[in-house]
Amino acid sequence: MSTLITAPNMANPDDFYEALIDMHRDLNETQSQAVNARLILLLANHIGDMQVLREAMTHARTEP
Amino acid sequence: MSMSTDSRASQSLAPHARNPASPMPEDYQTLRFSYKRPPDFGQSPCAHYPVLVVGAGPVGLVTAIDLARQGLQVVLLDDDDCLSGGSRALCYAKRTLEVLDRLGCGDRVVDKGVSWNVGKVFFRDEPVYQFNLLPEEGHRRPAFVNLQQYYLEGYLHECASNYPNLDIRWRNKVTQLENSDAKAKVTVTTPEGSYTLSADYVIAADGARSPVRNMLDLESKGRIFQDRFLIADVKMKAPFPAERWFWFDPPFHPNQSVLLHREADDVWRIDFQLGWDADPELEKTPERVIPRVRALLGDDVEFDLEWVSVYTFACMRMEKFRHGCVIFAGDAAHGVSPFGARGANSGVQDADNLGWKLGMVLRGEAPVSLLDTYGVEREYAADENILNSTRATDFITPKSAISRVFRDAVLSLSKHHAFAQKLVNSGRLSTPSTYLNSPLNTPDSDSFAGIMRPGAPVADAPVVIANDERHWFLQQVGGCFTTVLFTDTYNPAAELSEMTVLQVLPAGVSTSPPTNSIVDVDGLLAARFDARPGTTYLLRPDQHVAARWREFDPIRVKAAWLRATGREMLP
Repeated sequence: MSTLITAPNMANPDDFYEALIDMHRDLNETQSQAVNARLILLLANHIGDMQVLREAMTHARTEP
Repeated sequence: MSMSTDSRASQSLAPHARNPASPMPEDYQTLRFSYKRPPDFGQSPCAHYPVLVVGAGPVGLVTAIDLARQGLQVVLLDDDDCLSGGSRALCYAKRTLEVLDRLGCGDRVVDKGVSWNVGKVFFRDEPVYQFNLLPEEGHRRPAFVNLQQYYLEGYLHECASNYPNLDIRWRNKVTQLENSDAKAKVTVTTPEGSYTLSADYVIAADGARSPVRNMLDLESKGRIFQDRFLIADVKMKAPFPAERWFWFDPPFHPNQSVLLHREADDVWRIDFQLGWDADPELEKTPERVIPRVRALLGDDVEFDLEWVSVYTFACMRMEKFRHGCVIFAGDAAHGVSPFGARGANSGVQDADNLGWKLGMVLRGEAPVSLLDTYGVEREYAADENILNSTRATDFITPKSAISRVFRDAVLSLSKHHAFAQKLVNSGRLSTPSTYLNSPLNTPDSDSFAGIMRPGAPVADAPVVIANDERHWFLQQVGGCFTTVLFTDTYNPAAELSEMTVLQVLPAGVSTSPPTNSIVDVDGLLAARFDARPGTTYLLRPDQHVAARWREFDPIRVKAAWLRATGREMLP
């Protein structure tokens, strides 16, 4: 079983971050919420592994 | 019935005006049963019966018929004098139909009802996807049959009336119950006063508010959902197919859900989510209901309201279903939200599970502890049903802003992405439980593929019996323990003193199979059971798998049979 990768795993983190912010350009709060939710669902399905997903949810929830 | 209907908010709207020519025996909504003085008044000591069943709803009737078929003397007590008011439970699952088949009343239900397999889901004004609950051929029964509850009860009542050893007593209300491990003492109140009975066992199938449960100071606990729903049964000629249609946030009923189902007699059920703030008294009035229906159907469809009900629901269950000699079944024991049709269907499965066990215990063929396995198996099933219906309810009626955001995200993705369709939950429809951890199972010692594990309900398939007649496998088993042996050639030596050995021959070997054998005419049975020559299954009277092996070994079959009847439990 795999575990959540939290070590750096992106070839170009700055490209990803820019794309993430760009995804929300010109959207209002409600639209952004919906886009974020769809993104989470698409990525969750791509990951598929329930253990990895639970681990990510735990980390997401416990950060201050 | 899983929903708790406020009886005052439930009303029949001119149910007979539409169909004045309906012959009397079929007019189950107006049928009244006359009170007859029971023979047990004023006896000392009071009359004793092996079993009393309380409540003549679907669960009580199925239980009473199953016991009567086994030759037991049964008294069925009901506080009322009529069948179900309104269509209520409506959706009967394949497994329920199979249980009814075993009791001899499946055909009437299927013939009168509306069979369906397909469900469609709409988000706002668009169809997003559809599902087929029975995508394969080779089953006698469809995934579901929709039929007004009063028909089911009417047919069951007529079936029950054929048993001289089953005494149905209308307007006989249980008003007091003393429970001990040995027997129950029951006070029954009738229009002409009270009398007392004793019984080895009392089956409480007296519904969600179970008076028997209250008499024993027991509780059914769980989660109450703060939402109200409106059922409008309308009679009309409509072009919709016999499918389950579910809308999330449709333009004709914004921000809420709507469910459409076809019933018998050109009646359609429309189920509108109303929200918690809705006034149940106001919402059941035709002035409020008709515009809601019109918004869905359009202005040019003519319809009549048949029955209207506003309901709330809860997911709950009793901690234990058996309390000494009082055993709870159906809504008395557990309740679910209606999305998934898991109320009446799980209640019928309770009855199916209990009937053979109680019969064996009362005949002295099994220890009383066998009845505890009713609790173990059906409490597990109740948890499964509650989990599924709670999840469906949380999807259909999101309880927070973010929950709504995710729900709508799933729905919007589902139109183009197959993965999201799997997340859409408009109700996970009733399927029978596999009793995975039942103490009655003999764990596998050989290797098998597929779902027919110990504890699983067995699959159906077409078979040929003597004289080349086509039948169904589930017609050949059930009601008693059966050993099923898959074999290439009929083996006259494969016999057991304890039970029938049913041999399954492959197609082509014999066109007229010998006694106690069937031909797997399409090869589906072997495929569904992952069988090879020699594969042996021990099946319970309720058509669940008790054990399976790759070889027929009478000693191992007998050990598994003792275990499945509670006589030899592994530590």
